[in-house]
Amino acid sequence: MRRLPGRRILRDTQRLMGFISRGFKGKRRDTASSSRVPPGQYVVNDFPVLSAGPTPRVNLDQWTFSIEGEIDEPKRWTWKELAALPSETVIKDIHCVTKWSKLDTSWKGVSVDVLLQGVETAAEFTTIFSDGGYTTNVPLDDITGNKAWVVYEFDGQPLHPEHGGPVRFLVPHLYFWKSAKWVRGIRLQKEEHPGFWESNGYNMYGDPWREQRYWGD
Amino acid sequence: MSVDERKLDGNAIGGLLREIFTMEMTAAETTCAGCGAINALGRVDVYMDAPGAVVRCPSCESVLMRIVHGRGRYWVDLTGTRCLEFAES
Repeated sequence: MRRLPGRRILRDTQRLMGFISRGFKGKRRDTASSSRVPPGQYVVNDFPVLSAGPTPRVNLDQWTFSIEGEIDEPKRWTWKELAALPSETVIKDIHCVTKWSKLDTSWKGVSVDVLLQGVETAAEFTTIFSDGGYTTNVPLDDITGNKAWVVYEFDGQPLHPEHGGPVRFLVPHLYFWKSAKWVRGIRLQKEEHPGFWESNGYNMYGDPWREQRYWGD
Repeated sequence: MSVDERKLDGNAIGGLLREIFTMEMTAAETTCAGCGAINALGRVDVYMDAPGAVVRCPSCESVLMRIVHGRGRYWVDLTGTRCLEFAES
């Protein structure tokens, strides 16, 4: 494949496939090391539901996931096609900007590396977009290299609609508003475009370990 | 309780709006930039279980306002409100 000036070829997926991050599953949650809980956060054992609007009613027969924008040929998968892609189970800690963290959450889905395999792009940024109009911006480097997934199971069960089912984004090293519920695609972009919360006070990047909650943090 | 059941009416942000506008605002009327529906703020749909308050049009569910409060500052987006009409205090 020809590498075009200013473009990147996303590959090396095979090396990354099958990797399972195990976190620290054997550790008791009530004695979890503070090294796993970012500053300003507290640990919860339930799974709070945060939502900026009504829960969409999704018909999987008409559902698709797209990659569009800075890409010569946009890619699209139906639900059956996405579910047939190589999947993995990952166990990750998640951190909500409203200050709760949940440790050892188990998700099953497809690595973004699989979806972007072979894609040529000049993009450095992405917008993740969802049913209901929600968007969030994430640098491309933050969703590649086994750092982000499109997930459809939580704790071994189909993802509940209130937690973003049938399919949500998962980029656990950033605040959880970046892990968009009801995700429908990734838009590859040369420039960074602030998303739903990022355009109104919330931080463009959202690193929980640096408490990047708001503009200026 | 489901997200839809936790949806509130605009009175839920009466206190927040009073902080921002320093006057009672639940009787103020919003015109939705999406569908043109006019509603008193006390009657709009409000989602508080989010990183900020999200105010939606009860007619078309478009976002009327987003209000974020943190670090001693407010961020108020009124893109979805074509007009906000209210009486002098």
